[in-house]
Amino acid sequence: MAVGAQTATRPRELPQPRASAGLWSNAWYSLRRDRLTMAAGAVVVLIILLSVGAPLLAEYVFKTSFERQDLLHTYGRPTLDPLAYLLGSDEVGRSQVVRLFYGGQVSLFVGFVAAFIQLTIGVLLGLMAGYFRGRVDDLITWFITTLNSIPTIFLLIIISALFSPGAITLTIIIGAIFWTGITNFVRGQTFALREREFVTAARTVGATPWRIMLRHILPNVLPLIFVLTAIDVGTIILAESALSYLGLGIVPPTPSWGNMLTNAASYFNRAPWLVVSPGTMIFLTVLCLYLIGDGLRDALDPRLKSR
Amino acid sequence: MWKYVIRRLLYAIPTLFGISVIVFLITRLAPGDPIRLYTFGALNVTEEDIQGLRAYYGLDQPLASQYVNWITKVVRGDFGMSLIYHQPALGLLFERMGATLQLAFSALFLQLVIGIPLGVIAALRRGSWVDNVIRVFGVIGHAIPQFWLGLMAIILVSVTLRLLPSQGVLTVGKDIWDIPDRIRHIIMPAFVLALAGIANYSRYLRTETLDVIGQDYVRTARSKGLRERTVVYVHALRNALIPMVTALGGLLAVLVSGALVVEQVFTWPGVGQFTYAAARQKDYPVIMAGVMVASTLLVLSYLIRDIAYAIVDPRIKVK
Repeated sequence: MAVGAQTATRPRELPQPRASAGLWSNAWYSLRRDRLTMAAGAVVVLIILLSVGAPLLAEYVFKTSFERQDLLHTYGRPTLDPLAYLLGSDEVGRSQVVRLFYGGQVSLFVGFVAAFIQLTIGVLLGLMAGYFRGRVDDLITWFITTLNSIPTIFLLIIISALFSPGAITLTIIIGAIFWTGITNFVRGQTFALREREFVTAARTVGATPWRIMLRHILPNVLPLIFVLTAIDVGTIILAESALSYLGLGIVPPTPSWGNMLTNAASYFNRAPWLVVSPGTMIFLTVLCLYLIGDGLRDALDPRLKSR
Repeated sequence: MWKYVIRRLLYAIPTLFGISVIVFLITRLAPGDPIRLYTFGALNVTEEDIQGLRAYYGLDQPLASQYVNWITKVVRGDFGMSLIYHQPALGLLFERMGATLQLAFSALFLQLVIGIPLGVIAALRRGSWVDNVIRVFGVIGHAIPQFWLGLMAIILVSVTLRLLPSQGVLTVGKDIWDIPDRIRHIIMPAFVLALAGIANYSRYLRTETLDVIGQDYVRTARSKGLRERTVVYVHALRNALIPMVTALGGLLAVLVSGALVVEQVFTWPGVGQFTYAAARQKDYPVIMAGVMVASTLLVLSYLIRDIAYAIVDPRIKVK
C-alpha cells in the first residue's frame, strides 16, 4: 500500500517543452528518435562522400587511378596488399574499389539530378491540373495515362538505343519520363486544397492563380513530396543501373555501377567476386533511400505511425 | 455494368493514340537515316536509288502524313517487315509472346501465393519478430536490382550448386512438351521477376489487414463466438483483398517492364529480349511493334483491373 502510494506520487517525467513546434521541427524531433532512418541517412551520406572524394581516395589511399591497367594482375582476388585490390581487380587489372567509388559519382548524379528535374515538372503540372481543372486537367491526365501505359524500361531502351545520349542527356531524359507519380499526387492534393478557406481568402483579396498555387498550395503539399522524391531517387538509380547493364546507359570507359556489372557478368566463371560489389552498392544505396522515404513519411505524418 | 465497360473501352482509344504518336516521333526523330542504314555496305547504290527508296517508303513526305500512313497500316496489324529477318515484325513478336506471358504469369502466381500469406501473417502477429522480418523483406525486395539478383542466382544456383539451368526455356534437344524440364528452366527467372511484387503484396496486405481487423464488424464476428480462423479468413480477409485488385494493374506494369531485364539475364526468348535486340540493331519496324505490343498489354491490364474493381466494389460505377 505504502509502496503503491509512493509510485503514484512520484512526478511523471514530462517531455521538455520545445520552443517551436512547427512541422519541420516536429519531424526532425521524431526523426532523431528513428534509429533506422538515421542509420540509412548516415549510409547515404557516407556513399556520397566516398563517391565525391573518389579522386582523393584513389590518389592517396589506394595509390592508383580508375583507368590504370595492370595486365599482370587481372581477375585478382580481393586482397589487402596492395590496398587497391581490396575488392579485387577486373579483366584488365584495374582496381575494383576505385572504380566502384567513381561509379558512384555517375549513379548518384543521375539519380539526384533526374529526380530534381522530374520533381520540378511533376509539381508544376500537378498544380496546374489540380488548380485549373477542366481542359488543362484533361490534357495533363491524358498525357500521364499515355506515359504510364508505355513500360518505362521499353521507353528508356528505345530512346537510348536510337539517340545514344551521354550522361547528362540521359539524366534529362529520365527526369522527363519519371514525373507522372509526383504529378498525380500533387494534382490530387491540389484538388482538395483549392476548396479550402485559405485559398478562397487569397482569391478574394485578388491573388493571381500562380501566386495561390506557389505560395499557398505548394507549401502544404511540399513535405510529402520530399518523401516521394527520396523514393524516386532510388527508383531512378535502379533504372539507370539496369540500362547501363544492358549497355545503353552510361557507356565505358566511364564506370557506373550498372556497366561494371556488364563486364563482370561475362567473366563470372573466373571472378565471381566482381559481380558482388557493384550490385551491393546499388542495393545498399536504393535500400537506404527507400528507408529514408519511409522514415520521412512517418515523421511528417504522425497518423501513419501506428502502421 | 456494360455501360461502364464500354465507356472504359472508349477511354483506351486516346491513350493508344498517344502511345502511337510518342513511339512514332521517337523513332522518326532519331538521328541516322534509316535508308542509309538499310543500304549500308551495298555496292552500286546511287543517290537516285536512295531518293527512290525514300519515296518508296514514304520518307520524303511531311511527318504528319507519314504518321497517318503508318497508323492506318498499324491498326490492321501491319508494322512492316523486319529489316534483319525480312519477315512481318508483328508475327515475329507474336512468336515470342508465349514465352513472355508464361514468365509473367508464373511470376504473378508466385507473388499472390507468397505475398498474400506473408502480409496476413505479418498483420496477425503485429510487432513480433515475424512481423519485423516480413517488413524488412518488404523493403529489401524492392531495392534489389533485378538483373543483379538474376546474376547472383545464376552464380549460386547454376554455377556453384549446379541445381538449375541458367538460360533458355528448354534444354536443347528435349521434347517441347517436356514439362518438368520447362519448370526447371522457369523457376529462377520467375522468382527473380516476382520478388519485387512479393514484397509489394506483403506490405500492401499487411496494411489492409490491420485496417480491416480493427473494424466493428470483425469485433461483432468475434463476439458471436466464431473461431478466430473463421473471423480472419472468412470475414476480414475478404474485405482486405478488395484493394488488391487495384494493385494488380500496377504490378502487371512492373511485370511487363521487368520481364525485359530478366529475359535478358536468363536469355529467355520473349518479347522484351527481342525488342532489346532490335533496338540495338536499329530494326525500326520491330522496335515500334515491340513497344506498341508491350504498351497494349499494359493498357489491357489497366482495363481488366478497372473492370474487375467495378465488379468487386459496385460503388465505383456511380462515378
